[in-house]
Amino acid sequence: MKRLGLVAAYAALALGAVVSLLPFWWMAIASTHTTSELFATPLPWLPGPQLLENLARLEQSTEFARVMLNSLGIAVVYTIFSTLVSAMAGYGLAKFRFRGRGVLLGLVLLTMMIPMQVLLVPLFQMMASIGWIDSYQAVILPFLANAFGIFLMRQAFLDFPDSLVEASRIDGAGELRTFYRVVLPVALPQLAALVIYTFMSQWNAFIWPLLMLNTETSYTVPLALNRMIGLTHVDYSGLMLGSLLATLPLLLVFLFFQKQFIAGLLGGAVKG
Amino acid sequence: MSAAAMRAGGRVRSSTRLGRRLARPGLWFSLPALALFALFFAYPLFASLLQSFFTTKGGVSRPVGAANYVRLTEDPLVAQSLVNALIILVVQVPLMIVLALGIAYVLNQSWLRWRTGFRLAYFLPAVTTLVAYSVVFRVMLATDGGLVNQLLGVVGVPPVDWLNNEVWAKVALIASITWRWTGYNMVIILAGLQAIPAEQYEAARVDGAGRWATFSQVVVPQLRAVLVFTTVTSTIGALQLFDENFILTGGGPNNATLTPVLYLYKVAFRQFDFGYANAIAWLLVVIITIASALQFWFTRDRDARPRKAVR
Repeated sequence: MKRLGLVAAYAALALGAVVSLLPFWWMAIASTHTTSELFATPLPWLPGPQLLENLARLEQSTEFARVMLNSLGIAVVYTIFSTLVSAMAGYGLAKFRFRGRGVLLGLVLLTMMIPMQVLLVPLFQMMASIGWIDSYQAVILPFLANAFGIFLMRQAFLDFPDSLVEASRIDGAGELRTFYRVVLPVALPQLAALVIYTFMSQWNAFIWPLLMLNTETSYTVPLALNRMIGLTHVDYSGLMLGSLLATLPLLLVFLFFQKQFIAGLLGGAVKG
Repeated sequence: MSAAAMRAGGRVRSSTRLGRRLARPGLWFSLPALALFALFFAYPLFASLLQSFFTTKGGVSRPVGAANYVRLTEDPLVAQSLVNALIILVVQVPLMIVLALGIAYVLNQSWLRWRTGFRLAYFLPAVTTLVAYSVVFRVMLATDGGLVNQLLGVVGVPPVDWLNNEVWAKVALIASITWRWTGYNMVIILAGLQAIPAEQYEAARVDGAGRWATFSQVVVPQLRAVLVFTTVTSTIGALQLFDENFILTGGGPNNATLTPVLYLYKVAFRQFDFGYANAIAWLLVVIITIASALQFWFTRDRDARPRKAVR
């Protein structure tokens, strides 16, 4: 009886795991077949010979290499500046009393509560009025200050001993130097988690880039995929390959930095 | 969290001497964030509220009082998008949380083999790009020859018109979101499970509690904060649904998968009716604020903190 229950438990777990993994397998397999094969009976279950053809067609129709570079560039620049802004503000909030501290804390709390969609129309009008539509800075700038990041970094710096900051000052280091030579290195684990979280959120970003970018060569990956499904003749195998390429960078980051990845994804959800 | 917050308060107080001496650096360090928030959050937030009392049709803006808000109550599409969101969240959130809890509980058992492998398998969907996984599901759910219908055909189920039928489209959307987010919530719950001290299981065993009694009377109460957190963030996420239904169905068929954010997008950027779009946005603010407030209420004194849904 107990043995039977055990077998059932493993079977249920395995079935769930198959459901979880099947779309990945299908995405990879579908990238290597022609579109008509994707809907034929029986379906192909093993890799086919079409990968390079699909890649060439994808590159020809959407300049996918350029699109990947756009996404990568935007995500990297966004991540660097957003993390820096978060770390600085988090340090300021954790270690200093100053005028405007309450205002910033209030804003941090408010941005966590208010859905970003309420900002879409006014931000769109703002970008239109300064002529920034279809520019990368319009994609990057409005969401650089990130409440979650500030919150995370503030938590990280709270435990940093004041005496070390004092010691660094006595050694004659300036405030900025103290910040990046003494304080920042201590928060490296949290910084790594925040970098991954920030990169992923920008890599995923859809609605705001969709509003801002309207030249196909400046598209990010999600926008290019969205354009492809809207065409009269959808190149399904190209689409699957594009989806695979969109997922691959995140998968790689995940496999190499599992611990930080999960910490970043969970953020402040669970302590420790 | 409350303990950590108290500790935090103590730290800030203890650093006042340092703080007084370095009063200005704190402002310098915070200035970029303050400026960005003022420019790209506080100002647009205010502008959106103000503009919701104007109409901007035809390029000129004129005040209309509360007309946009009155229109909200009369617009069948607002009602439908809210009902859709409600149906999706009432079905999807409990389904996903129960699944995530069950999987996390089993994957936390020490007798289980290949735990790491299982965890990886269940978590992997959380690593996909939202638009990319929606595209993949759209292809898998194709009526003629799509992977899902072919698999169903193997067990004798006739093809289902997933994305063009008002009921099945909702089912497809719910299934997709559940696929993407169950593993994510499982990992949060797993972390909560690992925080339960082993003595508590031991005590339950000594008291003669069976497996179910241990689960329902020891484990679930200990996970209260984590379960409230995952439920509320998932609810807020469901209320803000956009990427998935935009890609899968575009809100169709016949508006069966239209959500408030998708409707806002259409009103604002297809009809360019900015004033009304802002009123819809503020309706969303009110609804989500209520959801967040409920979390505060459920977890007062408890170990959880509000955070914007990651989606």
